[in-house]
Amino acid sequence: MAPLPLHTAGPYVAAAYIAFFLIVLIYVAIMATKLTRNERTLSELTEQVKRRQRAGDDNGR
Amino acid sequence: MYGKGLRPLSLITAAAVALTLAAALFWAPNDAYLGFLQKIFYVHVPLAILTLCGFVAAGLMAVAHLRTRDPRWDMRSYVAIHISLIFGVAVLITGSIWARGAWGHWWVWNDPTLVSFLLVMLLYATYQPLRFAIEDPERQARYASVFAITAGAFVPINFAIVRLAPAYVHPRTLSNISGNLPGRMQVVFYLALFAVTLLWITLWRFEMTAKHVAAQLRQLQNLVGEASDEAPARRSAAPSLTHAGSVS
Repeated sequence: MAPLPLHTAGPYVAAAYIAFFLIVLIYVAIMATKLTRNERTLSELTEQVKRRQRAGDDNGR
Repeated sequence: MYGKGLRPLSLITAAAVALTLAAALFWAPNDAYLGFLQKIFYVHVPLAILTLCGFVAAGLMAVAHLRTRDPRWDMRSYVAIHISLIFGVAVLITGSIWARGAWGHWWVWNDPTLVSFLLVMLLYATYQPLRFAIEDPERQARYASVFAITAGAFVPINFAIVRLAPAYVHPRTLSNISGNLPGRMQVVFYLALFAVTLLWITLWRFEMTAKHVAAQLRQLQNLVGEASDEAPARRSAAPSLTHAGSVS
């Protein structure tokens, strides 16, 4: 059997590499979404701690 | 802890993957039989090797978990299985594309290599539902470790049995890689294996860091008192690092 010519084999090779990169990209995007959520939670917690500190300072006076 | 050195590792991985891609497409010679289509080999085979090695590594981490009862080992095993499953999906997709180009079929059911890999993937696809089915975190971790060890032991046994079976269409992996590959193809193959190994390690550490940060945040929420005591604990397939106070 003769090897597939470049114009026939090219799309298969491109599809395989694109599929691989797409899977990695989707994974990284999902992780980035979770990271953003964690960041938001952290800023909310920081804000809450600051509010409590301020309230504690006011009560101390 | 896991995030230390993650940025340089990510940069090295990205460079290694880019170099592999360039070498595979422009430097490695075309195969005499498959022509340009053989270029899929440089992504498909390293991914398959890393998938199976990742499952075995997860089994070893599960052994460490059962020996030490440290939930961090359960988390490491869980993440290793997760990353290997993602790599496994990529193996099935790239393999099917290659099969379509080379054999004219997306899938060949009578080939032991293809079917056995699918069996391994289906076996590991039950890992998450198994975890999710168990509510108690400690029991969940213990059962998941037993699963990871049993399935991890099945992987090399399955691989050895498949090699003894007659080959139909899929060539025997690792028997013709180092011996029959011409010089430049061999260099690119090992470069691809190195790059995919780095990618696996990077993604594993990336997810470990994310899980660790999420666990620390949960602990912080409990300390601050933001998490409501009345709300029922959300059942999750992911290991809990907080139940044994192992977040540090």
